Amino acid sequence: MDIIGVIGAGVMGQGLAQDLAQHGYQVLLNDISEEILDDAKRRIKQNLRAQRMLGNTSESGETTDQIMARITTSTTLDFLSDAQFVVENVTEKWDIKKEIYPQIDKICRDDVVFAVNTSAISITKVGSLTNRPEKVLGIHFMNPVPMKNTVELIQGYHTSEESLETARQFLSGFNKESVLVNDAPGFVSNRVLMLTINEAAYLVQDGVADAADVDKIFINCFGHTMGPLATADLIGLDTILYSVEVLYESFNDSKYRPCPLLKKMVDAGLHGCKNGQGFFKY
Amino acid sequence: MEETKIQIKDFFSRFFDVDNLADDIDIFANGYVNSLFAMQLISWIEKEFSVAVEDDDLQLTNFNSVNAITGFIERKSSIVA
Ligand SMILES: NC(=O)c1ccc[n+]([C@@H]2O[C@H](COP(=O)([O-])OP(=O)(O)OC[C@H]3O[C@@H](n4cnc5c(N)ncnc54)[C@H](O)[C@@H]3O)[C@@H](O)[C@H]2O)c1
Repeated sequence: MDIIGVIGAGVMGQGLAQDLAQHGYQVLLNDISEEILDDAKRRIKQNLRAQRMLGNTSESGETTDQIMARITTSTTLDFLSDAQFVVENVTEKWDIKKEIYPQIDKICRDDVVFAVNTSAISITKVGSLTNRPEKVLGIHFMNPVPMKNTVELIQGYHTSEESLETARQFLSGFNKESVLVNDAPGFVSNRVLMLTINEAAYLVQDGVADAADVDKIFINCFGHTMGPLATADLIGLDTILYSVEVLYESFNDSKYRPCPLLKKMVDAGLHGCKNGQGFFKY
Repeated sequence: MEETKIQIKDFFSRFFDVDNLADDIDIFANGYVNSLFAMQLISWIEKEFSVAVEDDDLQLTNFNSVNAITGFIERKSSIVA
């Protein structure tokens, strides 16, 4: 397995493409516009250079350009006919994700496994969009992908053992370990994390403490390396909101109601680190 | 040279408090900065001073203090000039 399709070149797609290319995989990176793809390549390059500067270069001694040369981009999905494994990382919205799968189901070879990189969307439901539900599984990568070596591997209702094994092989190629969990909204990680972040946003909204103090309590009192609100900024406030909305709709439980302040910030274009302003300024 | 130092500190101040920052303090070793900063620093130097940072330049010793960055920019600019 050495040619990997990566759909969506946002925060996750960029991190994944970089990590894969650094480990010798050929990457086929897709997004909806040339500008987004150019921007993604620029950011990946910046990241590779920062890593080099900080002394975390790949042992292979390759140049930044050699690594970048393994990433091929396209705004159409057709080139995925060459892919041997696909990871989809488009926006956390069902209406966007659902358009992708029937297309790649036609374009990709029959033996190709599709990994959904999602924060909360049902893997089983995604599987139902294809004629290969046994080959659809979830891989919940952590952000930033090149720095986080354990992922949640999610088994949908129809996902086969064989597909899980293929995914494990793929992951071991770039030193990722996985924890297998069953398909349920938010899996393990985000069912807890999103609720925590949402509640932290309520604390700010209700004037209990400001964002810096909320985070300070998690860092200084609980020993977390990062507070929930800086974490939210890193993930992207839009992605947080969409994930909380998915949880709310999936469980039909009011405990997942999205915090109005979070909604307002997303509407105002405050998306966190990726565009310079969230709960904190970057 | 002094002007370069002011520009650098001005850039640093977007990330951390530079009030008492000595020009030779190692900002990486002293926990002032993270990799997000490293990314932005390289791009900023390239844009602000119109120099190209090559793979071989990407060594911490070129960028770890106000003095190091000033020296790097001077070496790079004089090659072009
Ligand atoms: N950000 C995180 O920390 C994080 C962590 C784990 C999982 N995830 C999940 O990964 C997925 C991507 O998240 P992200 O943070 O990268 O989001 P993002 O908003 O940064 O990027 C999404 C990208 O998808 C692209 N896109 C939209 N429609 C598309 C289409 N039809 N075809 C191709 N590309 C399309 C967008 O242009 C954008 O570049 C989401 O499902 C999210 O829940 C995110």
